[in-house]
Amino acid sequence: MSEITKEIRQAEDERIRKDFPILDGSFTYLDNGATTQKPECVLEAVDNYYRTMNANPMRGLYKLSLDATEAYEEARETVRSFINADSTEEVIFTRNATESLNLVAYTYGRAFINEGDEVVITIMEHHSNMIPWQQLCKEKGAKLTYIIPDEDGTITEEKFRSYMNPHVKLVSMTHISNVLGVKNDVKTFARIAHENGAVFSLDGAQSIPHTKVDVQDLDVDFLSFSGHKIYAPMGIGVLYGKKALLEKMPPFLFGGEMIEYVTTEGATWNELPHKFEAGTVNDGGAVGLSAALKYVSSIGFDRIEERELHLTKLMMEEMKKLPYIHILGKEAPEDHHGIVTFTIDGVHPHDIAAIFDEHNVDIRAGHHCAQPLMKFCHTPSTVRASIGLYNTEEDVYKFLDALKKIRSEMGYQD
Amino acid sequence: MANTFYNEILTDHNIHPTHKYKLEDATFSLEGVNPSCGDDVVLYIKVNDENTIEEASFFGDGCAISQASADMMCDLIIGKSKEEALRLSDIFLRMIKDTITPEEKEELEEAGILEDIHHMPARVKCAVLGWHTMDQIFKDADEGKIDKYDGKFEQ
Ligand SMILES: Cc1ncc(COP(=O)(O)O)c(C=O)c1O
Repeated sequence: MSEITKEIRQAEDERIRKDFPILDGSFTYLDNGATTQKPECVLEAVDNYYRTMNANPMRGLYKLSLDATEAYEEARETVRSFINADSTEEVIFTRNATESLNLVAYTYGRAFINEGDEVVITIMEHHSNMIPWQQLCKEKGAKLTYIIPDEDGTITEEKFRSYMNPHVKLVSMTHISNVLGVKNDVKTFARIAHENGAVFSLDGAQSIPHTKVDVQDLDVDFLSFSGHKIYAPMGIGVLYGKKALLEKMPPFLFGGEMIEYVTTEGATWNELPHKFEAGTVNDGGAVGLSAALKYVSSIGFDRIEERELHLTKLMMEEMKKLPYIHILGKEAPEDHHGIVTFTIDGVHPHDIAAIFDEHNVDIRAGHHCAQPLMKFCHTPSTVRASIGLYNTEEDVYKFLDALKKIRSEMGYQD
Repeated sequence: MANTFYNEILTDHNIHPTHKYKLEDATFSLEGVNPSCGDDVVLYIKVNDENTIEEASFFGDGCAISQASADMMCDLIIGKSKEEALRLSDIFLRMIKDTITPEEKEELEEAGILEDIHHMPARVKCAVLGWHTMDQIFKDADEGKIDKYDGKFEQ
């Protein structure tokens, strides 16, 4: 790749920033791990859907409803191509990653996890990929095991292997930790899980916006993610599942388009993917997601990864010069994927966030919905800055300027 | 350092609290917790035979607002009767949630600096933790629920 000069970078920054109407320069948004801002093309696509195509998809036998159906199915095809699924039957629209993960636990889990079986997750899971499995295992009398990584978040192949045994029927883990930023070697882990006879479910909520996720290359059985973390509207998410598994799973919710035929005695289920999409769907959301994925593809993950790594390096290098700051996770910025979680000696995370807010810098404080991981890291709460494709060096400098003032604003004389 | 909420009085109470220690011979103690943000303080109160709060202290973890607020509260209630302490607590809680008169604010002494919290809904729970814990101590004590070194409540 040719060298990215300062001029090229600035021109690209300007071009991208113009796409995001909310980024008017009055605040610095570094909470992309929580949710992302929406580009004009996404806002337009949703607006256009409701202005020109809105009808109940799949139900009506008139042109508008057919347009709405077509828009919905086109969005499904965009998602399929984005994650390189084999067929659109494997792409199910949900509300968010949490619903997708629950769907897997409720349907696949209820049907195929039995007493004495074992489900393996990791200590770095978001609550959304932890509580559904806790509930399932309690209900079934199955065992839930947590992989404990090394201090810095690494799970080696050897370690992963040591958790495998004939009772393990399912592994569910995050691709990128929403706290440590570390990326798990899920391609290797999925292979090992399969050799062990287990199914592999991937939580892609934090990876999908930052890196190419190819379900066939990774060979995962399920992939869950949310639209709103990849520049799409809230309220639309995706569950990918391999067709053979989805076919043998019972439905999740009942009613609406998921039904094929009903008698007073019972019903039969519609074919994939509709079997898992009960009730009226979020067509506007799907259209917005499709526009967002096309937008991300138009920039390309090569550029996105380079931009985000460049800023992560800048941020971490400067932070490491301040002795009172402690960054969680690995040393190398390459292992953070735009997520920098830290503590400041003597200042509580809520005060840190409040002072950042006084400087109009938006970051996240708290336990990040990962309380067991916080405990593992010996801290009840931390602060997290997370980078998105539209962030710039200027954003990072504003963050660093505010950061350097925090201890003195809290009355410390460093 | 324009318009920061974290003024010197607040940061000083946070970094150099006067009353942050475990009071071994407390008459009452109670742990107050904000489960959502993890603020956690144990409040200790020693009441003498004349019904006067002889000593008050706190111990625990939390943000600067929860810590400074508890320290300022201890400053204020030492030497007061239980009834007087509860009256001041009522003023404080009304200040955080609504408004009070300038005369009332005067009575709160330094704790009056937390008035602006009522514009910061996310921090209300931090500011009131110590005060709610004190109210709860006297309520539980009246009902004979707590003696020494037990009790925990979540607000
Ligand atoms: C790793 C991970 N998994 C799952 C989720 C849940 O996403 P959502 O709230 O959109 O369902 C998040 C969101 O913070 C996350 O970071």
